[in-house]
Amino acid sequence: MTPELALTGFVALYIFMLAAFTGYEIIGKVPAILHTPLMSGSNFVHGIVLVGAMVALGHADTVVGQVIGFVGVVLAAGNAVGGYVVTERMLEMFKSSKD
Amino acid sequence: MNFLIQASYFAAAVLFILGLKRMASPRTAASGIRWAGVGMVVAVLATFFYPDLHNVGLMVVGIVVGGALAWVSGKRVAMTDMPQMVALYNGMGGGAAGAIAAVELYSGNAVAHGTGIAALAVLGGVIGAVSFSGSGIAFAKLQGWMKKSWSMPMHHIINGILFVFIVVIGIGLMTAEQPSPFWITVFFLLALFVGVTITTPIGGADMPVVISLYNALTGLAVGFEGFVLGNAAMIIAGTVVGAAGTLLTLLMAKAMNRSLANVLFSGFGADDGTESDGPTGTMKSVEASDAAITMSYAAKVIIVPGYGMAVAQAQHKLWEFVQMLTKADVEVKFAIHPVAGRMPGHMNVLLAEAGVPYDVIFDLDEINEEFAQADAALVIGANDVVNPAARTNESSPIYGMPILNVDHAREVFVIKRGKGTGFSGVENELFFGENTQMVFGDAKEVCNSMVTGLKEL
Repeated sequence: MTPELALTGFVALYIFMLAAFTGYEIIGKVPAILHTPLMSGSNFVHGIVLVGAMVALGHADTVVGQVIGFVGVVLAAGNAVGGYVVTERMLEMFKSSKD
Repeated sequence: MNFLIQASYFAAAVLFILGLKRMASPRTAASGIRWAGVGMVVAVLATFFYPDLHNVGLMVVGIVVGGALAWVSGKRVAMTDMPQMVALYNGMGGGAAGAIAAVELYSGNAVAHGTGIAALAVLGGVIGAVSFSGSGIAFAKLQGWMKKSWSMPMHHIINGILFVFIVVIGIGLMTAEQPSPFWITVFFLLALFVGVTITTPIGGADMPVVISLYNALTGLAVGFEGFVLGNAAMIIAGTVVGAAGTLLTLLMAKAMNRSLANVLFSGFGADDGTESDGPTGTMKSVEASDAAITMSYAAKVIIVPGYGMAVAQAQHKLWEFVQMLTKADVEVKFAIHPVAGRMPGHMNVLLAEAGVPYDVIFDLDEINEEFAQADAALVIGANDVVNPAARTNESSPIYGMPILNVDHAREVFVIKRGKGTGFSGVENELFFGENTQMVFGDAKEVCNSMVTGLKEL
């Protein structure tokens, strides 16, 4: 067994559909005041691409593959870290007058 | 070990979804990003335990370099520049998804898994590459590096032809026994180029919608590459973001009373204003201190901030002024139009930075009826979102857009830098209204004079 899951055919479609509905439901209930932080937060979440870039680089055995994989890891790390930092900075500022 | 990796990815997926859900409410939002952050750390650490992982040293260097650059830039950037930073980081994610697709296509791994997987690799690759270069252009525009909207003759036709080329080459790549490196390279270069040509004609006013769209596209690309790598965390996180981002994009376009196609293809936001049949009459102007004193005797004041406040960084001074009003027993509320500023919620973020509590800030639907009972409305650097022409003038390009009914207030004060038109290029009848008084000047300086005006009282 390898860490890769064999997600093909209808199983893949079911997962795709359910995840898509989840995303739809989450944003359906957000007040406009949080739209920018939420866009930034979801921008952070797709920083998970870092995991894929690591695997792609880790399994690359040609120079071309290593170069592209390395660039991918740098970009993905930027997405994840930058997305986190700006989202946290924005959300830190939301305070109620009752606090 | 494999169980551990899968369990970590599962935990990460749960934390991402719960984190996003917590970000949907102001009370729990700050903890939401931390939940998602924990998920990210867990997933990344677990990935180091993948079997047969090479180039680990290179990997660590890449994470440190990319992470450090993003950390420093993210900490330093001013709150007003947040939209372009989101565009930049989003573009990086799209580029990473494109890079994964390229590695898997060049190595032949994607094709070895069958046509279905190869198709997802190709799709994710093109979407990621378009998002990468397109977000880069969006960043350059908002950062002010690229002032003009640029388009070729027959722009959309050329884009269409390029798109057909990409589709044909893409189909060739996914059905080939072993795709040739040459065509893979051409494929990605074309995709990067199209990302640029799609974005350059779109005007600055429409950038929020475009950034949101690219954010959704990056999510989708990450989800597709997740299927290629058989990586559950990427599939769930990417698809959730793809769906949430698509809905957010549509909501934003709807708030501007435009369809997404109209935003992308009309070049409307790029117009520099050639309307000739604007309203006639004269604008009345007033000193900042006089406006301040009038407001301090009001019972209820509603403030409408816009991009001009962001540019002038006037939010802190404005809040200082509002606190003085509150002390004088004036009821003050903030009204935020859905597309005020450069991103939805842009104004909320700036006001929050200045320390304005979120429970005095209201959406268009919540507060629009209240303007009729307000003694004064203060418009600070907003223009199109308060233009009554959207209600009355059928020939106006912004006709039908929901606006804040500022003109229903007893008195209207408008802080404005000059006499120019808003982003849509439409003259604003509000400025010529009988109950309107203009306070010309930089928003921050005007707020400063208003504060001094009240102090001297």
